[in-house]
Amino acid sequence: MPEGLFGLNPWLDGLIRLLLIVGLMTVVAMGLIYIERKVLGRFHARVGPQRTGPFGLLQSVADALKLIGKEDLRPRNADPWTFEFGPYMVFIPIFMGFVVQPFMAGFGVRVLDLGILYFVAVSSVSIVGWVMAGWGSDNRYAMIGGMRAAAQAISYELPFVLSLLSVSMLAGTLNINEIVLAQWQVPNIVWQPLAFVIFFIAALAELNRPPFDIPVGESEVVGGPFVEYSGIRWSMFFLGEYASLFIMSVLISALFLGGYEWPFGTQLGIGFQLLLTVVKAAILIFLIIWVRASVPRLRIDQLMGYAWKILLPLSLVQVLVNGFVLVYHLPLPVLTVAGVGGIVLLSWLTERAIRKPRAARASAIALQSEAAS
Amino acid sequence: MVTESAHEFETQDLLLNVGPQHPSTHGVFRMVMQVDGEVVRDIIPYIGYLHRGAEKLCETMDYRQGIGFMDRTEYLAAMNAELSYVMAVEKLAELEVPDRAQWIRMILVELNRLASHLMFMGAFGIDVGVFGTPFIYAWREREAIIDLFEEISGDRMMYAYLRPGGLAWDVPTNFVARCREVLTAVNQGIADFDGLLTKNEIFVARTQGIGYISAADAIDFGMSGPSIRASGVPLDVRREEPYLKYNEIKWDVITETDGDVYARYLCRLGEMRESVKIVEQCLEQLQPGAIMPEKMPRMLRTPPGEVYIRTEAPRGEFGVYMVSKGGNRPYRLKVRSACLSNLQALKHMSVGQYVADAIIVLGSIDIVLSEVDR
Repeated sequence: MPEGLFGLNPWLDGLIRLLLIVGLMTVVAMGLIYIERKVLGRFHARVGPQRTGPFGLLQSVADALKLIGKEDLRPRNADPWTFEFGPYMVFIPIFMGFVVQPFMAGFGVRVLDLGILYFVAVSSVSIVGWVMAGWGSDNRYAMIGGMRAAAQAISYELPFVLSLLSVSMLAGTLNINEIVLAQWQVPNIVWQPLAFVIFFIAALAELNRPPFDIPVGESEVVGGPFVEYSGIRWSMFFLGEYASLFIMSVLISALFLGGYEWPFGTQLGIGFQLLLTVVKAAILIFLIIWVRASVPRLRIDQLMGYAWKILLPLSLVQVLVNGFVLVYHLPLPVLTVAGVGGIVLLSWLTERAIRKPRAARASAIALQSEAAS
Repeated sequence: MVTESAHEFETQDLLLNVGPQHPSTHGVFRMVMQVDGEVVRDIIPYIGYLHRGAEKLCETMDYRQGIGFMDRTEYLAAMNAELSYVMAVEKLAELEVPDRAQWIRMILVELNRLASHLMFMGAFGIDVGVFGTPFIYAWREREAIIDLFEEISGDRMMYAYLRPGGLAWDVPTNFVARCREVLTAVNQGIADFDGLLTKNEIFVARTQGIGYISAADAIDFGMSGPSIRASGVPLDVRREEPYLKYNEIKWDVITETDGDVYARYLCRLGEMRESVKIVEQCLEQLQPGAIMPEKMPRMLRTPPGEVYIRTEAPRGEFGVYMVSKGGNRPYRLKVRSACLSNLQALKHMSVGQYVADAIIVLGSIDIVLSEVDR
């Protein structure tokens, strides 16, 4: 990374980049809100926003203005400090995760050698904000939501990190930019299909997107930790949610889809690299919205069981297989075969967990009637 | 309430108030759940937020004015509610309904059953947690039915189209063609739901084995409609005591044996297919003719007597008990609500399960609060 791109001392340079990022992310999040509403509208057989500006493009701006204009309410019994700082604790770590995002070769806020470690560490802090919001609101729905968020984050952090680890094992580095550059021939998704699938599922859970949106499940806990928030504080949660959607998509495209490097290499210039990253991220975002439009919400025990009983063992197996291949210098296609086999195993296990045999269902029913009587 | 626990900490159950303003209570139902973590230990339901005294009001009105109150009693299946009411009046006044009016009534009632079940599919999809997709799919098809009803009766929800003796006026000339269009749309909708929910792994995982109720318990609670047929009891008033022309056409009573939420969903889906079949056969039978008896009095008076008429509404047995002491208004009117009886079983079905499951159990019995409270 060229130090001092803006011709200033490194601190000031970093600050300028950070401000750029915050401004950019806000715009990106607003754009994503519009895109999600429009795409979801199409999935719903309707047209989505169309009244504000051409094609409804100004919908997010109108929403933002409305939210700024709203009264910032705080329930009387809420814990003032916890309640008021909850949104910032969600918002700031997500934006900090942006620091290591690779959009173009040599241009990020900072290129860290321990980029992945930094990202994992920073992004999991935001869960503290969720719990703060849930606890501080003095609302039972919020509390249940906050607790659910914490349980979910802790469970899915493990398969998330382990599949990150299997990618970085392959590249031999924790530096995200170097992982991108290492994919100059073949993107990681070819060598690590299982890790990609697990990472995608775990990322959905980290983002609290359906089918893992139980902390905010509208039909049960009515928005969970956000239930008492209004106005600008509520919009911070919202902004954070979409910012993290974007960041996660960029990260997946960098780690598994070859980021700005594959398939054209870096010689086509910075603008083209940015375009490539954004296109890859957009495909992933579309996929995530598609999932949202078509699947129901999991229940909390199913959600936890899926992470601990299925995803975690399989991601450990992936790390193990990677280790064998690297230590014994086996040909890389072995990884592809193993990964595809792993995906088959994953879907078989999922199917088996869902379609319980009649006996298991009968025993569950017996337990229930025992509890009822 | 402090419960005994194996942990060294003293734990306390949490009282969670759900409703009357909650997205998943399908109106203004309120329940207080006693939850231990995520598990429901007890449910205390509160009803009555939508009580308008419709039964009492009907006693102050002419027989024909009462029809409007029946619409508002069961606003998602207004035709079915009207049918019970006008059939009760007809039995009291000893009116003969012409054949054409009976066939048209049957078509309308079955179409309204389709509309109501579509509403269930959509709302249930949201309860289970799909973001809006099934809801809007359901509304797309329901809209076709509602449009047809609007063309016929002039209103989209409160039709007031059936009259003691027949119909308010004849259907439009393009009625049969329009019905066929609607059926095509509904068939498409059923196929969409099959694709979107029936085989969806997460949907199956969420609904199978949840909210179980045995046939014996369901009978004890006085449940009816799809909610009891899903437990394996083939109780259908259309088959038990055929009214209109239900014994002249071929149709099946759909039952499921599992008695869980998924079975109730499948049962309703199967019933929609049956309703489509029934309407198709009725359209074949429709002949031109009168829609009201020839000698219809200007002022409808009934001889003294009492009568109980029950019909199969989308949610179960919708009964009207009517006492007349002569004159042009009922002396006493009582509506037997299927939703109220089905709702009794909520606690039985959801205690011991997760909070999220209690919500979908409530969704699966498909209540309409205006019918519960009246």
